[in-house]
Amino acid sequence: MLRFLARRLAIAVPTLVIASMIIFALQQLLPGDTATALSGEERDPEVIAFIREKYHLDRPLPVRYVLWAKGVLQGDLGESIRLQKPVLDLVAEKLPVTLQLACMAMLIALIIGVPMGVLSAVKQGQTADYVANGIALWGLSIPNFWLGIMMILFFSVYLGWLPASGYVPPSESLIENLKAMIMPAFVLGNAIAAVMMRHTRAAMLQVLQSDYVRTARAKGVAPLAVILRHCLRNAAVPIITLGALEFGQLLSGAVLTEQIFSVPGFGKLMVDAVFNRDYATVQGVVICTATTYIVLNLMADVAYFLVNPKLRRA
Amino acid sequence: MNAGTAAAGAKPTTPRVEKPEAGPLREVWLRFLERPSAVVGLAFVVALVAIAALADVIAPYDPFATDWGAVRSPPSLEHPFGTDEVGRDLLARIIHGARASLAAGLTSVALAVVLGLPLGLLAGYAGGIVDGAIMRLTDALLAIPFLILAIALAAFLGPSLTNAMVAIGLSATSIFVRLSRAQVLAIKAEEFIEAARAVGNPPWRIALRHILPNIVPAILVQATLTIAAAIIAEASLSFLGLGQQPPAPSWGSMLNVAKNFLDQAPWMAIWPGVSIFVAVLSFNLLGDGLRDALDPRQRR
Amino acid sequence: MRHDPPLEHRRNNRWMKEPMTRVVLACLVAAGLLSTPLQAQTLRFGLMEDPDALDPTLARTFTSRMVFAALCDKLVDIGPDLKPVPQLATSWNLSADEKVLTMTLRPGVKFHDGEPLDAAAAKFSIERHLKMPGSQRRGEISPIDTVEVVDDLTFRINLKTPFAPLLAQFTDRSGMMVSPKAAQALGDKFSTAPVCAGPFKFVERVPQDRIVVERFDGYWNRDQIQIKRVEFRPIPDGTVRLTNLRSGQLDLLERLAPNDLAQVKRDAKLKVGSTVELGFQSIVFNTTKDTPIGRDARVRAAFEAAIDRNAINQVVFNGEFVPGNQWVQPRNPNYLAEFPLPKRDVAKAKALLAEAGVTNPVVNLIVYANSEAPLVGQVIQAMTKEAGFDVRIQATDFTTALDLADKGNFEAYLYNWSGRPDPDGNTYSFLACKTPLNYARYCNPEADAAMAASRLSTDPDKRRAAWKTLADRVQADRPFLYLFHRRLLWAYSAKLTGFGDYPDGLVRYTGLALN
Repeated sequence: MLRFLARRLAIAVPTLVIASMIIFALQQLLPGDTATALSGEERDPEVIAFIREKYHLDRPLPVRYVLWAKGVLQGDLGESIRLQKPVLDLVAEKLPVTLQLACMAMLIALIIGVPMGVLSAVKQGQTADYVANGIALWGLSIPNFWLGIMMILFFSVYLGWLPASGYVPPSESLIENLKAMIMPAFVLGNAIAAVMMRHTRAAMLQVLQSDYVRTARAKGVAPLAVILRHCLRNAAVPIITLGALEFGQLLSGAVLTEQIFSVPGFGKLMVDAVFNRDYATVQGVVICTATTYIVLNLMADVAYFLVNPKLRRA
Repeated sequence: MNAGTAAAGAKPTTPRVEKPEAGPLREVWLRFLERPSAVVGLAFVVALVAIAALADVIAPYDPFATDWGAVRSPPSLEHPFGTDEVGRDLLARIIHGARASLAAGLTSVALAVVLGLPLGLLAGYAGGIVDGAIMRLTDALLAIPFLILAIALAAFLGPSLTNAMVAIGLSATSIFVRLSRAQVLAIKAEEFIEAARAVGNPPWRIALRHILPNIVPAILVQATLTIAAAIIAEASLSFLGLGQQPPAPSWGSMLNVAKNFLDQAPWMAIWPGVSIFVAVLSFNLLGDGLRDALDPRQRR
Repeated sequence: MRHDPPLEHRRNNRWMKEPMTRVVLACLVAAGLLSTPLQAQTLRFGLMEDPDALDPTLARTFTSRMVFAALCDKLVDIGPDLKPVPQLATSWNLSADEKVLTMTLRPGVKFHDGEPLDAAAAKFSIERHLKMPGSQRRGEISPIDTVEVVDDLTFRINLKTPFAPLLAQFTDRSGMMVSPKAAQALGDKFSTAPVCAGPFKFVERVPQDRIVVERFDGYWNRDQIQIKRVEFRPIPDGTVRLTNLRSGQLDLLERLAPNDLAQVKRDAKLKVGSTVELGFQSIVFNTTKDTPIGRDARVRAAFEAAIDRNAINQVVFNGEFVPGNQWVQPRNPNYLAEFPLPKRDVAKAKALLAEAGVTNPVVNLIVYANSEAPLVGQVIQAMTKEAGFDVRIQATDFTTALDLADKGNFEAYLYNWSGRPDPDGNTYSFLACKTPLNYARYCNPEADAAMAASRLSTDPDKRRAAWKTLADRVQADRPFLYLFHRRLLWAYSAKLTGFGDYPDGLVRYTGLALN
């Protein structure tokens, strides 16, 4: 087990380094730089030169990467030039928002996806199965941002029930906070619910056909109890794994959804930063989300490892 | 993010280790026809391709012709879908927009396959350092949020439909590297590969003649599903102003403009959204159908 | 996590120590429970973007000026006729040779940290604008040579050369005074906790979420300020901003989309305020580019003749903007009536193209990828097509567009300038040889001489004559095609009273109240 973990960790480090290099290099290729974006309406050449010098934008790319990497190793993600704030603070500020959104979306996905998957597996080939499959396809095929727009059109413009966008911290008003978050969370959760449902269905089908479920049934255990106690428990591993991965995706920024609903989370932070050439912010947030993604991946691997005896022996 | 979702959705199909069956194509086709949803998906895709190909003939108006007198007019007999912000016929623009979406879906996935498949084959077959290097690069690409990668690429290359396709294709490459590598690893252990090796076939021949044909079905299924994701990705990039440039129509950019007129002209948002939905749905149906038809274990 | 509890705590403590405050607070709470909630005294203001650094010396964006209007008073304010009126300075006097400006400060003015605003503080602030590394203000007031303290409230500005726009510059960020103590303590981090002498003091800022300021009780004009707290909330999407106003999450928003105006007017709970901007929307042509439209002023004239400004206004802006053909809008006192707005004339455009010997010239037009600019581009594209132009639109993000413009990698660029009260601020940087905003790369000795002359004297007639000469040159060479002037629109809750007309497009808080 320890050796397995150590090996996975050893792999994770170069992955992170390469990811940071890719995004670093890519950003520097963008037309214009921070100084261009920051010099304002007046565009005084002296100011542009000053900004370039102050933030080492005039240094060669590898030098800047080393400077940045040194900081990261000391726990310093650099400073957002545009917002004049440490990137770490920015991350700390946006993380709760993104976390809340991700958790709510995940919850919605689980509430819709898992029961639907169980139902369609149990009723395989029947109407309920087709309906559930249809809903899942709908969830996979509808573009997030369009669903968002349509929901705003219906719930905010037409019915006037929910705020079209914006974010209220839960400390200010929990109800307003939930009202503002429910639509973006649903939009995000909807797509994940579809994936959840499909995986739950597949896992359930496999378990339902296994010998011990047949035995349990033969022994006269009631179907509902069989489903809940035996099947779902066994089907839970792939669902949890998948959930972890999807959660990682959510944390890395539901860019468009946040954009449409003006939710001040990671996605919005990153998109704004790219357009403003706020290198440190893009870099810092990508490193954070990439790390989360890799850690969640690692956890998924560990979960597989613990469950799958074949792997454990190897 | 949608590309990732599709990849996750396709995971269960990956472990396919059977040898190619005798006369498989006909059998697959028959199995495909058994599923009504798959046939519907195929029909829609064919219709979509036809609409895109014949756009010049079937569109009721010139998609660029502006009419200052009929700006944002609601659906009517004259303009069945209504008109847009500068008085262009929406139906004509939806029809022409199909080209951008299809091109984006097909081209970017073709690019991803062309880049990803050889890399995956190489990684899976060669193993060792080569495998490690390719996989670290792939993991790194996957760890960067898809849209951020695509936005940065599109901004770097300059906003245009072609560059959006390149950006989407590059971002989707890692899915195919992973998939083909996993397939190769599974097939490499098979007896018939051992046999081929024992007879003295060189590695490249084994890879091309024996392994490649076996992994094509999985790639095909994934490609179909990724086309669906790529259509959404193109719409997303156009939605952010990084795809098709005005005045050329694209469903995503039409939605982007429409969101400013939700209150006064909701039809401007509805049609492009419905179009994206239908297109993506058809490719998803087709992909599902293909998967079931190609994988006998999924047969009902 | 989003709050800063220690700060909150400290503030509350200090508040609660004063018995009067406690009584008042108790009354307010009681009143609040009975009638209007306490929150009603907080003005929630929806901004189009998150402002940049809140330091008047470093700030660059129009949006940050919205926040400065609450935080930082200026030496002089701008009156309805665009003439300077007293604010922190009560009087001023320009020497006969126009090289010495003596200003007298309002007595008893305090900064938010309690420091007095005296001549030494004014000298400090102006010198900070001039000397701080990275100052965005230096260019605006560069003819200033030295600042001398005369007495406690009087200071003297010595100019290298006469500089007519100087007072107009002091109506904006160059005239904002900062507390020397705070500025010295914070250095280039001043923007994290700005200390000025405006009606509100800084409380907190959560990037991309909100900026909070609260009423400063030591403000010199405290009686006129009824709003207790202002929360600025950046919401980039216009539709979203409006929805928030309608659902009561905002009390006021800026830059309402003209297309949403009808909707707001229908709503009895909302009101609209508006003013025509001081700036302009234009197309800049790169006159050094070796393409038909770059080489030949006749081709550019043809381009203009092919455009119907009124139709652009109608289609894209519901007729709310103001078509224009100069660097100031037609109602501006400095508009030159000698150059009236031309009508569309496709035949003339074709004739001009024939005269220039070009057929179907291709014009690459850069526009920002926002919600409106690509529309303007498309309308222009359709219009000029009738005269034979082939306009190709390139919609890019803001930074890319600036980069292309800086490097001269463009032919035509749909460009907007937020404007300055003095026409010099709308001309000099764009048209004088080798100035930073001269994207057209225009360089003409006669035009340069005219602009220099307009700066040397405050005599209105002399300045007007100079601008007339400049307009003649620009009319002949056409580096710029002025299109229209935006109407800056505000939508606000009917509960907000005292909303005025603000010529520079920045809301003033004096007289505003929420009922």
